[in-house]
Amino acid sequence: MVTTPVVGWTEQIARARLHVVTGKGGTGKSTVAGALALALATGGRRVLIVEVEGRQGVAQLFDTPPLPYSEEKVASAPGGGEVRALHIDVEAALLEYLSMFYNLGFAGRTLRKMGAIEFATTLAPGLRDVLLTGKIKECVTRTDDSGRHVYDAVVVDAPPTGRIVKFLDVTKAMADLAKVGPIKGQSDGVVRLVHSGDTAVHLVTLLEEMPVRETIEAVEELDGADLRPGAILLNRVRPPRLPARSVTAAADGEVDASRVREDLRAAGLDLSDADVDGLVEETVEHAIRVHAEQRARAQLAEIDLPAVELPEQVDGIDVGTLYELAEALVDQGVR
Amino acid sequence: MSTLDVDGLIDDPDTRVIVCCGSGGVGKTTTAAAIAVRAAERGRTAVVLTIDPARRLAQALGLAELGNVPRKVTVPGFDPKGELSAMMLDMRRTFDDMVRAHAGPKRAEEVLANPFYRTISSSFSGTQEYMAMEKLGQLVAAGTWDLIVVDTPPSRSALDFLDAPQRLSTALDGRMIKLLTGPARAGGWGIRKVVSAGFGLFAKAVSTIVGGQLLADASAFVQAFDGMFGGFRERARRTYELLRSSGTAFVVVAAPEPDALREAGYFVQRLASESMPLAGLVVNRTHPVLATLPAPKALGAAANLEATGNAPLAAAVLRLHADRVALAQRENRLVARFTKAHPAVAQIHVPAMAADVHDLAGLRHIGNRLTHTP
Repeated sequence: MVTTPVVGWTEQIARARLHVVTGKGGTGKSTVAGALALALATGGRRVLIVEVEGRQGVAQLFDTPPLPYSEEKVASAPGGGEVRALHIDVEAALLEYLSMFYNLGFAGRTLRKMGAIEFATTLAPGLRDVLLTGKIKECVTRTDDSGRHVYDAVVVDAPPTGRIVKFLDVTKAMADLAKVGPIKGQSDGVVRLVHSGDTAVHLVTLLEEMPVRETIEAVEELDGADLRPGAILLNRVRPPRLPARSVTAAADGEVDASRVREDLRAAGLDLSDADVDGLVEETVEHAIRVHAEQRARAQLAEIDLPAVELPEQVDGIDVGTLYELAEALVDQGVR
Repeated sequence: MSTLDVDGLIDDPDTRVIVCCGSGGVGKTTTAAAIAVRAAERGRTAVVLTIDPARRLAQALGLAELGNVPRKVTVPGFDPKGELSAMMLDMRRTFDDMVRAHAGPKRAEEVLANPFYRTISSSFSGTQEYMAMEKLGQLVAAGTWDLIVVDTPPSRSALDFLDAPQRLSTALDGRMIKLLTGPARAGGWGIRKVVSAGFGLFAKAVSTIVGGQLLADASAFVQAFDGMFGGFRERARRTYELLRSSGTAFVVVAAPEPDALREAGYFVQRLASESMPLAGLVVNRTHPVLATLPAPKALGAAANLEATGNAPLAAAVLRLHADRVALAQRENRLVARFTKAHPAVAQIHVPAMAADVHDLAGLRHIGNRLTHTP
């Protein structure tokens, strides 16, 4: 049986302060970002989770009312840590940004009502991402009066793998378009941060063919853009039920039904033919899936990144399971 | 809750367009392809417009190369009663073609060379949706096919598909940009006077942020585009009307997961408020239980077998059955919640395939599951 050697959380990743969590749509990226924030906060650290796609998914995850555009405490972590959450409102961020250079006064509100801000972000599609990455950088580098970082770590529930490099490097692209102006100045800071050892880009994947393929492509893209892939976060990992030696045969449809029936009878279960057939079919499907998972692990092993696993939560995700997932991450060395 | 009759839908000659929509990662593309394959095999002259198919699915449809026009699917062993063509959307080319069709050659070249146009046509978040609509309009106008199956772009929110054309349309509308670029443009002063002084400041601020060059490019683009704009809007309006006509059927696809079903719920409500014809919901990749054995009984027996240690396979069979019962119960609960909120929406549940689909046989198989054909 092929398995990924689980390296866990390396020293290098542990040093990062900006944790960008990306993944193919449908892999549970937001949930994993939430669990990671809790895990990083465990033991008394202060962590900020940032949401950039305007879905209020973080509020749902932590079971709080929709978040305003401010940093709100959403959870306490074991050992005295805390997780705050920020839902970046692009319009508010633009006004905040403008007010750094101009005194807009009440005109800001009027512009908002007119839809002018939405228009401006539409006009320059990258402007949105510039504002988002700019705000993230501000959170990561913010210090208190004593010069200490306000947040020990910032976790970003980032855009999906297909858009991640464009998102992180948007200031680079915009700097080419806007050769002067504040964007130019700001972009240098963001570019420095995201390309430094302070930033790790984690990839959430399931043990399925398509998400794994996208993960591998994303790692190549990140490497190509000189961004640092952090860890692979294997989500919804299900326990293998079949004895390892039975998997291949079962995946080919070879399950000894009469043997199973006899063994079940010995255990006190006298089942109908239909039920035995049903059980065998479930077993074959399970084996095919386990087989595919093994192939996926083998492919992931080739990109040679640290990996941590989050177990499948059959009853869905609530705040309680989020803590369980965080604990699983801490057990695997996340710190 | 009634059952969504996919065969009834594709056999009805009045069904001309089937739109598969839903949030990302639920299997829209595969569902669209499976419906098209089945329709062709049942005698329709069908075309499937896919947006971003997985590579192997694209190969299964003979779409190894990116082309922006439909190509007939000729695969050994595929001999449909009707006919199947397939295409993959190339949004940039669709946009370029549209510009060429609407502008004179000189003006078209101007627009195509504009840096702002290049940004909008390749990276604006609504462009893909808009171009999918445009392509759909073209396929309908061509009159070659009697059934068009459309996959929708892989957005996070299913509603983007309906909203994006409007957003892009607003962006391309000249009014705002004339305000922003102000005095340099004819009429700029006139409009400037009636809006608050804050706007001038805002225009200055925006121009400082994005850089004057970008605004100038945008302005040049909008001017060149102005003459074509009426045509664009008219086409978008016609496609919108087409989507509301009785020949169209929306098939909402969702996985039995909370987020996907929530999105499906929003979409269903939105379709109703836009008077767009909903055929029903495909609950994709379910895990029905295949044996009637209750989970507690299975787990008890598994523990007994494990204690003896001499029937590891049977014990595993029982444990994985109990996992499956738990999963099926969760899926049923989630779907029941949707049904309660939307009792009138017809549904069909499509059991998950054990492995990924990457050939026509697999698509045919999904077609069977979509129609509960044994």
